[in-house]
Amino acid sequence: MSEWRLYEVFVRSKHGLNHKHVGSVHASDAEMAMENARDLYTRRNEGVSIWVVPSDTITASASDEKEVLFDPSEDKIYRHASFYELPDEVGHM
Amino acid sequence: MYAQLVETGAKRLKTLEEMSPEEREFQEKIDAETKIEPKNWMPEGYRKTLVRQISQHAHSEVVGMLPEGNWVTRAPTLKRKLQLMAKIQDEAGHGLYLYSAMETLGADRDEEIEKLHQGKAKYSSIFNYPTLNWADMGAVGWLVDGAAIVNQVVLQRTSYGPYSRAMVRICKEESFHQRQGYQILLDMMREGTDEQKAMVQDAINRLWWPALMMFGPHDDESPNSQQSMAWKIKRKSNDELRQMFIDQTVPQLEFLGCTAPDPDLKWNEETGHYDFGDINWQEFYDVLKGNGPCNRERIKTRKNAIDEGAWVREAAVAYAKKQKQRAQAA
Repeated sequence: MSEWRLYEVFVRSKHGLNHKHVGSVHASDAEMAMENARDLYTRRNEGVSIWVVPSDTITASASDEKEVLFDPSEDKIYRHASFYELPDEVGHM
Repeated sequence: MYAQLVETGAKRLKTLEEMSPEEREFQEKIDAETKIEPKNWMPEGYRKTLVRQISQHAHSEVVGMLPEGNWVTRAPTLKRKLQLMAKIQDEAGHGLYLYSAMETLGADRDEEIEKLHQGKAKYSSIFNYPTLNWADMGAVGWLVDGAAIVNQVVLQRTSYGPYSRAMVRICKEESFHQRQGYQILLDMMREGTDEQKAMVQDAINRLWWPALMMFGPHDDESPNSQQSMAWKIKRKSNDELRQMFIDQTVPQLEFLGCTAPDPDLKWNEETGHYDFGDINWQEFYDVLKGNGPCNRERIKTRKNAIDEGAWVREAAVAYAKKQKQRAQAA
């Protein structure tokens, strides 16, 4: 099976939700990847839509680099709504 | 259990002081219950132990289809046949989830399967026993999948992310397996003839001890158990898991109106657990070594499936190539 390409599988579980990564399958082409993904990941109505993506086309951040990569957003607390304190009289905003 | 006697390569546990900075950071992550992901640094021993354990687990799922496959054409009703096929398809799926998790560690699926065929890789001892009558399908679902659930529920918290996620998915599907098995036995005990009831007791008599052996031998002070626990690949000892399984299974056994082939099995008011007799570990080691009733047949069937299916895989690749060329030409 090594000669078969590896595909990552994403399933939308319900209309209105995002596709979510569920795992991977080997297949000789995208069409087979789709069928294998259906058989493997949606045997019990787990999805309404499937994406299959060749694994080698995904660019991923290394989880060890988490701090470096996400550092720029860490000290910008003013980006959160909770940073802005309003008097109670204003009510819910 | 689905992975028994996994070698870790450890001679003894290192203390935090003896570890390299990388090893220490890794161990601290484990201690803090942070999951390890494929791209994270990990000790070579951790990676190898996981490849061994996950591949054994995957092989067990795949070989586990064979004792049940024996009954697809002989299931007593269409309903039972459909249920059995659905269960077998799940086992294939579980094998695939696990092989995928194993591949995230850089292991090659074909190579690991080849090791199985050469007798170099293990799979659970339980699947080397034959399934002789229809009640065995019930007993396998109830006892074998039941034992697997006890083990796998705990493994959902294992430290390696992809393995843990595969376990979550598998656990969701396993309870159907156990319930359908128990229902087969319940139907036979409630509505069956005397002969059919005797089949149920016979199946339990043959599968009871092998099911208890699935959890593996007593945890000794061996560095393998200690290392697996320290890395949180393993979360509970073999004996703890076995006791959990017995405690939950005996009341179900009594409800069926059957008995276990163990004269020492009895409730212990003091400990709040069931006491049980000694397990024949010689039998376990013999089966693991390849001398169980069905070892050779199981491996031969697996090998045949791969060899005789080679043309299908080749045809799929040829077809994919042709389709690609056509698309480029158009």
